[in-house]
Amino acid sequence: MGMTITEKILTKHSGKRAVSPGDNIWVDVDILMTHDVCGPGTIDIFKKNFGNNARVWNREGTVIIPDHYIFTKDQHAGRNIEILRGFAKEQDLPYFYDVGTSRYRGVCHVALAQEGHTRPGEVLFGTDSHTCTAGAFGEFATGIGNTDAALIMGIGKLWVKVPPTIRYVFDGEVPPYIMAKDMILTIIGKIGVEGANYMTMEFAGDGVYALSMDERMTLCNMVIEAGAKNGVISPDKKTISYVVSHTKKSFEIVENDHDARFRDITYFKSNELVPMVAKPHSPDNTAPARDLNTTKLDRCYIGSCTGGKLDDFKAAARILKGNKVVTDTYIVPATVEVADSLKKERLDNMTLLEIFTNAGARIGDPSCAACLGGPVDTFGRLNNDEVCLSTTNRNFPGRMGSKGSQVYLASPYTVAASALTGKITDPRDFL
Amino acid sequence: MKEYIQGKAYVVGDNIDTDQIIPANYLVYSLSDPDERKYYGRYALSSVPEKEAGLPKGNIPFVKAGKDSSEFSIIIAGKNFGCGSSREHAPVALQIAGVEAVIAESYARIFYRNSVDGGFFIPFETPIRLIDQIATGDELRLDISSATLLNISSGKEYKLKSLGEIYGILEAGDIFEYARRSGLIKAG
Ligand code: SF4
Repeated sequence: MGMTITEKILTKHSGKRAVSPGDNIWVDVDILMTHDVCGPGTIDIFKKNFGNNARVWNREGTVIIPDHYIFTKDQHAGRNIEILRGFAKEQDLPYFYDVGTSRYRGVCHVALAQEGHTRPGEVLFGTDSHTCTAGAFGEFATGIGNTDAALIMGIGKLWVKVPPTIRYVFDGEVPPYIMAKDMILTIIGKIGVEGANYMTMEFAGDGVYALSMDERMTLCNMVIEAGAKNGVISPDKKTISYVVSHTKKSFEIVENDHDARFRDITYFKSNELVPMVAKPHSPDNTAPARDLNTTKLDRCYIGSCTGGKLDDFKAAARILKGNKVVTDTYIVPATVEVADSLKKERLDNMTLLEIFTNAGARIGDPSCAACLGGPVDTFGRLNNDEVCLSTTNRNFPGRMGSKGSQVYLASPYTVAASALTGKITDPRDFL
Repeated sequence: MKEYIQGKAYVVGDNIDTDQIIPANYLVYSLSDPDERKYYGRYALSSVPEKEAGLPKGNIPFVKAGKDSSEFSIIIAGKNFGCGSSREHAPVALQIAGVEAVIAESYARIFYRNSVDGGFFIPFETPIRLIDQIATGDELRLDISSATLLNISSGKEYKLKSLGEIYGILEAGDIFEYARRSGLIKAG
């Protein structure tokens, strides 16, 4: 019987001949990623269970990327980074992207890809729920907690319940005002925040294959918002050319068998998609941007692993160029590489950075920043009852700071257009 | 593992995410420092909006002001309990606050895994919507091996879903002991 991409990757990593959805199996792990919020706890549990002198199962496979609480004066946050530093030194880890050094990168999920740690056919676990982002590269990637991560550090294995796969097919070309964020919000609005609980969401169709790798990462990033275990996109030429230009390591392309079994297949006509917004306080509480055009905003925010990549800023720049924002607008590049590109990448005769500064936006340093609130001095954090339109991925109560704030989620096009009007605005008005 | 868990119910609704269970600004506290660890108990479930905190009436804090643990040891929840971030601080915060079992209609998968693999408390699933039948403060008695819940306050009994494959891990205590027993971690 045929298997899906996820089933095939898990089979290969379990040493079995075949697996089926529902099987509980132990798999070999290629990469374990952790960051400053969950790294210290993971290290603690690792040492408790494997001893103070224990070594990680694989130095090359252990990637540590501080990114969450970086530019803050909070002492406790600083201490977390110290713990990571000590551990990376003790274990002699080659992939520790330390803060305050030229190694610093920024948001882990984007940095993983930019540093060549995401490769087709592999198994990647991370102590962050959005680790599913890496499914864009045709691998099995999912988030776990500290205990599971500590077990992997020690033995390089973890048990997994094999998920069934639901396929989402976007037929036909995606219109120019639609971004990956609109596509995934459309799906989540339809199936709900637990619509794909425990399952794999696979994205396919010409609408998906026309997307850049940045945009594919946005699609896979938000599968967790529908409860999914992982998201995946079968590798094509774009995937391969991205991966070979970021790593010298070899990898194996894994595709669906022609007779693979899917739990369900949902088709979308790409040309019927409209710019979508998720209203407070849930990513499935969606409505077309057009229907919310009386919602006044106090703040616009463009950043995070799902909305702070180069393609997100290219989109925002198209709308902001030559205009002035009327709402407080915060721009946070996900990584140092993205921040550098803002200085180099041009639209007509201006760099993206010039476009944003001229428009009156504030630019922050690369990190997670206000995407998850964080310490009160965090750049862009909502400290009062602000109404914010954001390119991030979550709008649960208090997610971006204060409990009294209200967060709406949308694509960089929609956020940029709304920054110019002060109300939620369909980007077609500006494109 | 205990045979029975007896204690007071604390009832919450659907989609209680990890930011409501433990708000992100407290994650800077160390779980290995005994003094800082207490904060996780103090702030457990502190971001649940007041109206929905302790159903059906609401406005019942899970942890009383100035306390580091809760008088409620069994949480009754709706759908998708623990959705959101992968932070293990969430199930740990509940454990530190004194939670021994959660009974929800469904869980977000990372939270569920974390609860089981870390051995923090027992996550049961219920086939019926218990949040409409049990009130915050009701005295409950949970029989673990038979997966039955008795509401001592109302006299009603409910059958929960059996723990299934995770029973082995819960019985071992956590995923490390389970892996040891399965020969995946060599002794010494
Ligand atoms: S940018 Fe936001 S969603 Fe992404 S890893 Fe950081 S906190 Fe999480």
